[in-house]
Amino acid sequence: MTNLTQTQVRERIEKNLASRHRTEKLFRGLGIASIAFGVLAVVILFSDIIGKGSGAFMQASIQLEVHYDTEVLGIDQVDDESLTWANFSGVIRQALRERFPSVTGRSDKRELYTLVSSGAPFTLRDRLAENPELLGKSEVVWFAADDDVDTFIKSLKDSKEGFRGRTSDQKAGWIEQLLETGELKKRFNTIFFTNGDSREPEQAGIRAALMGSLFTLLVTLALSFPIGVAAAIYLEEYAPKNRWTDLIEVNINNLAAVPSIVFGLLGLAIFINFFELPRSAPLVGGLVLTLMTLPTIIISSRAALKAVPPSIREAAMGMGASRMQVVFHHVLPLAMPGMLTGAIIGMAQALGETAPLLMIGMVAFIVDVPGGVTDPATVLPVQIFLWADSPERAFVERTSAAIMVLLSVLILMNASAVMLRKKLERRW
Amino acid sequence: MQTPTLFALLLLLILVAYGTGFSRALSAARSRGGLRNLASLPSYHGLFAALWCGLPALLLLGAWLIFDDAIIRFMVMHSIADKPDTIAGQNLLYAQIQNLSAGHLIGEASPQLQSAAEHLNQLRSNANTLQAFLILVLAVGLGAFALLRFSPELRAREKVEKVLRVILITCACAAIFTTVGILFSVLFESLRFFQSVPVSEFLFGLHWSPQMALRADQVGSSGAFGAVPLFTGTLMVSAIAMLVAVPVGLMAAIYLAEYASKRVRNVAKPIIEILAGVPTVVYGFFAALTVAPFIRELATSVGLQASSESALAAGLVMGIMIIPFVSSLSDDVINAVPQSLRDGALGLGSTQSETVRKVVIPAALPGIVGGVLLAVSRAIGETMIVVMAAGLAANLTANPLESVTTVTVQIVTLLVGDQEFDSPKTLAAFALGLMLFISTLVLNFIALHVVKKYREQYD
Repeated sequence: MTNLTQTQVRERIEKNLASRHRTEKLFRGLGIASIAFGVLAVVILFSDIIGKGSGAFMQASIQLEVHYDTEVLGIDQVDDESLTWANFSGVIRQALRERFPSVTGRSDKRELYTLVSSGAPFTLRDRLAENPELLGKSEVVWFAADDDVDTFIKSLKDSKEGFRGRTSDQKAGWIEQLLETGELKKRFNTIFFTNGDSREPEQAGIRAALMGSLFTLLVTLALSFPIGVAAAIYLEEYAPKNRWTDLIEVNINNLAAVPSIVFGLLGLAIFINFFELPRSAPLVGGLVLTLMTLPTIIISSRAALKAVPPSIREAAMGMGASRMQVVFHHVLPLAMPGMLTGAIIGMAQALGETAPLLMIGMVAFIVDVPGGVTDPATVLPVQIFLWADSPERAFVERTSAAIMVLLSVLILMNASAVMLRKKLERRW
Repeated sequence: MQTPTLFALLLLLILVAYGTGFSRALSAARSRGGLRNLASLPSYHGLFAALWCGLPALLLLGAWLIFDDAIIRFMVMHSIADKPDTIAGQNLLYAQIQNLSAGHLIGEASPQLQSAAEHLNQLRSNANTLQAFLILVLAVGLGAFALLRFSPELRAREKVEKVLRVILITCACAAIFTTVGILFSVLFESLRFFQSVPVSEFLFGLHWSPQMALRADQVGSSGAFGAVPLFTGTLMVSAIAMLVAVPVGLMAAIYLAEYASKRVRNVAKPIIEILAGVPTVVYGFFAALTVAPFIRELATSVGLQASSESALAAGLVMGIMIIPFVSSLSDDVINAVPQSLRDGALGLGSTQSETVRKVVIPAALPGIVGGVLLAVSRAIGETMIVVMAAGLAANLTANPLESVTTVTVQIVTLLVGDQEFDSPKTLAAFALGLMLFISTLVLNFIALHVVKKYREQYD
């Protein structure tokens, strides 16, 4: 080094400079590429889900003129018993035969009947139960079309041929005929929001799963928020610095990183096997999710308590307040917005959780909308998991639509947490 | 009386106790000439009465709800003369009795069953009455006791605060109870599993096929519980995920912390963090229906064989899920590196990338390593993505285009559906859970330790 002149040093640096700048550019480019990759992943994920699912909010429906014929129905008055026995599918078949009088063969007729959903008789039953005076009269009713029809007409806009699947040429002809006259139309899919699960895609809805999620979250919130806040208060305001406190802290930090499925094993072994709580119930689901979200809530509540300046505590103490009064009258109200934000984020996490709920039997096929925390139920993410496994093409659409509903709720929750933080949080 | 009604009644009693305590204190204060003559404020007298009235009764109610089924069962089974020897047989018998008493048993029931069911009904209604009676008597009695103890000198605040403090401590210990609960549930069932399958076979066996035969003489009735294929599958999927998440997450964090303008940072950071809020089941759906077919087509177009459920698809999507985790943890530690280190390096003439690579990253390395370890433990424990996209077949393979299975997938498949807690098939899931718990615990412990140690350096 010593025998280099200044110009020689300069030359050496300049020779290197170009490659060093190239490396710099490359490094910066890699950074940009990584960000772009992340953003791209978000865009692809969301557009894929929306692209697949937006169709599910519209459902192919068929307009039929049905005649509530007492002879076909086999009843002569409307009451609970006769409604369960009445032959509503006969009425629908008759209506279909009248609409297509040219269809005569046995197998052709059978194919004709598959145009409408197998759930259509129930639609008709509900109609008649609500308006008993319709017995013996005729009316025009929109029925949900079968999922094959639905898939077929939705695929028509992508290609001229469309996705046929199980649809024969003859059936496609009928469908086109109905489409031209406007008797087959895509209408808003109310069933998706009012029904429970079903094996038939056109009859499947998310109401039961939504209610299950609601009950589960209520249990989770009712347990995890008070317990989490109390634990945070103890650790932040009371706990002496000793081994026991250290142990609690290590435990909380560890539990925050334990895989969620392990909590499911705990729920299965302790709540269901040992305490014999009902399987598939939102109560057990809520208990498991409580244990899972507790660390999140404790950690964020502690942060909120820490953010309250000590001057407040000292001022209250100076006025003669007891320690408990300092905490409950002064510190807690000031820390509440931060704690609520943490609770909302914890709830969002609980709402999206699937794996531990599979362990405790919330994965069962449940059609009824749950009415309480001990009724068998399923939750939205588990419903998504179940539908994603179903072979029917129409279920792909519904799965994506359910995901859209789930993501909207989650975005709403997170946005409200951010709003709450911005609005109520104080800077000292 | 139904439990909800009882609960509502109890709440009402607590309110009454509070109100009475409060008003007694208030009137005592008035007759003595002002609140300052009371040892405690009226609200504390109210709380004192309410706690005496409610707390023991609520605890009793909780204990009752937990134990009454077990006690009733014991009494019913005790009264039956010839019961089956096995636990499974007893369970079946009791289930029959329960169905019979609820009125939906199909078929003929033996007179013995009939009488047992009647006995059960009788016990249940007795227990119900007894429960309501005991709890209400306890609440009213203790509430009255507390109110009778009232005097202006009673130091109600101190007593109430003592109880509240115990409640706070109990809540803080919930974390310990949870850990103990996890350990107990997993360990206990695992020990039962290892009684029928030796530990060495489980840890080192190369063959996994956990089905159990219905009959003892069936072919291949024993099942095989060699978990090595699951471990390798888990490792492969996690490795692929880390290969995606670590470089991308780290580079994104570096760019955001060192290069990006405030505006870019404010936009890009929340967008990437959206990825952390998406439920795993959504990633699973995305992996199974979009990424896996795409990879399969890509592989076929270059002449490779890919199965429809591949480790690559699951790993890739899992990596995307973990990106924000790695990036936000690294972002924190990179920002914690003191500015003086950067200024020093820049002042000596190094370019920005040289500063980052030779000064900032080495200084932040322990924190980054800790973050990556946490990310690994997350990848190992991730369930839904692999359940939906990685497959069920236990393949011992190194080819990422084939389907593999993981520990979490097997736990789910073994436990969803019917469970029998006396067959190794169900218990195996708990043994796998134990492995999962231990490995993530060790990883978390090391990671938290590393992160904590590093933080102390610059504070």
